[in-house]
Amino acid sequence: MSTVLLLVITGLGLGALYFLVASGLSLIYGLMGVLNFAHGSFLTIAAFIGWEVGRRVSDGTWWGLLISALVGMIVGAVVAAATEYFLIRRLYERHIEQALITVGLGLATVALFEGIWGTDPIYTAKPEWLSQTTEILGAKIPNDRFLLIACAALVLVGIVLFLQRTRYGLIIRAGVENRSMVTALGIDVRRSFTIVFAIGGAAAGLGGVLASVYYGYVSAHLGSVLLIFAFIVTVIGGLGSLTGAAIASVLVAVLQQFANYYWGAGDFVVVIALAAVLLIRPRGLMGKVA
Amino acid sequence: MSEPILVIEGLNGRIAGQQVVEDVSFEVPASGVTALLGRNGVGKTSTIKSILGLIDRSGSVRLGGARIDRLPTHRIVQHGVGYVPEDREIFGSLSVAENLRLAERDQRPRRELIERLFPDIHARRAQRAGTLSGGQQQMVSLARALVNENRLLLVDEPTKGLAPKIVDEVAVALAEAAATVPILLVEQNLHVIRKLADRVVVLSGGRVVFTGSASDLLDDDARIQRYLGVHDAADDAPAAAPNDDAPAAAHPAAPMASIAESTEEPR
Repeated sequence: MSTVLLLVITGLGLGALYFLVASGLSLIYGLMGVLNFAHGSFLTIAAFIGWEVGRRVSDGTWWGLLISALVGMIVGAVVAAATEYFLIRRLYERHIEQALITVGLGLATVALFEGIWGTDPIYTAKPEWLSQTTEILGAKIPNDRFLLIACAALVLVGIVLFLQRTRYGLIIRAGVENRSMVTALGIDVRRSFTIVFAIGGAAAGLGGVLASVYYGYVSAHLGSVLLIFAFIVTVIGGLGSLTGAAIASVLVAVLQQFANYYWGAGDFVVVIALAAVLLIRPRGLMGKVA
Repeated sequence: MSEPILVIEGLNGRIAGQQVVEDVSFEVPASGVTALLGRNGVGKTSTIKSILGLIDRSGSVRLGGARIDRLPTHRIVQHGVGYVPEDREIFGSLSVAENLRLAERDQRPRRELIERLFPDIHARRAQRAGTLSGGQQQMVSLARALVNENRLLLVDEPTKGLAPKIVDEVAVALAEAAATVPILLVEQNLHVIRKLADRVVVLSGGRVVFTGSASDLLDDDARIQRYLGVHDAADDAPAAAPNDDAPAAAHPAAPMASIAESTEEPR
């Protein structure tokens, strides 16, 4: 029982990370039809700069972590918005070029990060409580999982409130359904594109800082590793569906944890799950019918 | 006579590289309803979309004397062009109120007018628009255009697939709108055209083949047959109409005297 509980909560923590990356991917694809292969780079640069600032302010403390998270979100948002504004905006409706430029950006930035911060992981300090465990029904749960779950839940609630309660949220929901009709109502939908990129980048940035807490290090490949699973989650959840991304994040991460523990084949099982969803329900759990 | 609100000269439109509007020129007066007519597939909807910049286009489009053909769609609409698209294109996942709120551009949107013209829609403002019947969806689409003070309305087949009772309601709403704003109306139903239109522009093969007063065309059966491929069945019994209580997708088109494909080409 305690093992099952440990695997479930650890899975939820990992799922929280996946969701922070996948939420942006899903929103961006839903509104703009852009498969953003550079999304992992937003996460990585946010993790590095968040860590750099946080450790200078107060290394290994809650205050330092909070600063890291805020800086990470801002860096993620700014880099993502700049990417949309300077690179993607000229390529809407040109999907092959979009894929090429975002893949290229993803590869180039990894090389850039390696040039700046080196190829080896840099181990990070975190508040003492996050290194400890809490016993629940006999299972010793690493405390950092609770932080990840709480942050992802806050991000989910924040994005939902933004989408439901603000005019830009309304424009984004309508744009996901019929972008050209939103334009025909006199709305500059491209401004929403930048905002969606910024929101996705901020979530990925927070994910980057929390990933450094979860894994205990930052590295140039942090974003690339998480991006693969975030894409899987986005496809399983249904491209463009935020709720689908949230559900799929939890399902994939928990499945991965169980498969890793019992068979040592977590990644393989996730890929099989992706193949099964694509064969049985190609639009994903909550995606739109094509 | 006042200056026309819309002047189109040498308008060309393309979809996926295919020319669908060819050297179209006409004017829309600053008041009343101008009907844009023609058989199926002659480029009426494409002309409307070209004016709005929703498809690739070239040529000159002037709104109140100012060129708008180089502006993006949202800027054209912000200049005071309301659009009611073919097939409604309401946002099905949003509520009726959200559909209307999204369309509001003015500081003081005309909510009272919408409430008065479309009481049924007002009563259903919390309902998801995708669950409305076809007629109700059309009312939402019209309401989105009428909620703002516009200088011109582009209305594309507003009665398509609607029951006669709903067609009448749409015509009443358009007639009321036409009292304050000029309308360029694409319509297949000759009864509606007869009721609303002051002038007509007829397209064939992507080109303008007739321009004149509505009576010049509608009072001449030979012209109607030649340009539109139908006879005006104004006195005929209406064809069986669909039940408008069904969801939108279930409606077959059943206009009364509608413009359809014909084997006879215009001269």
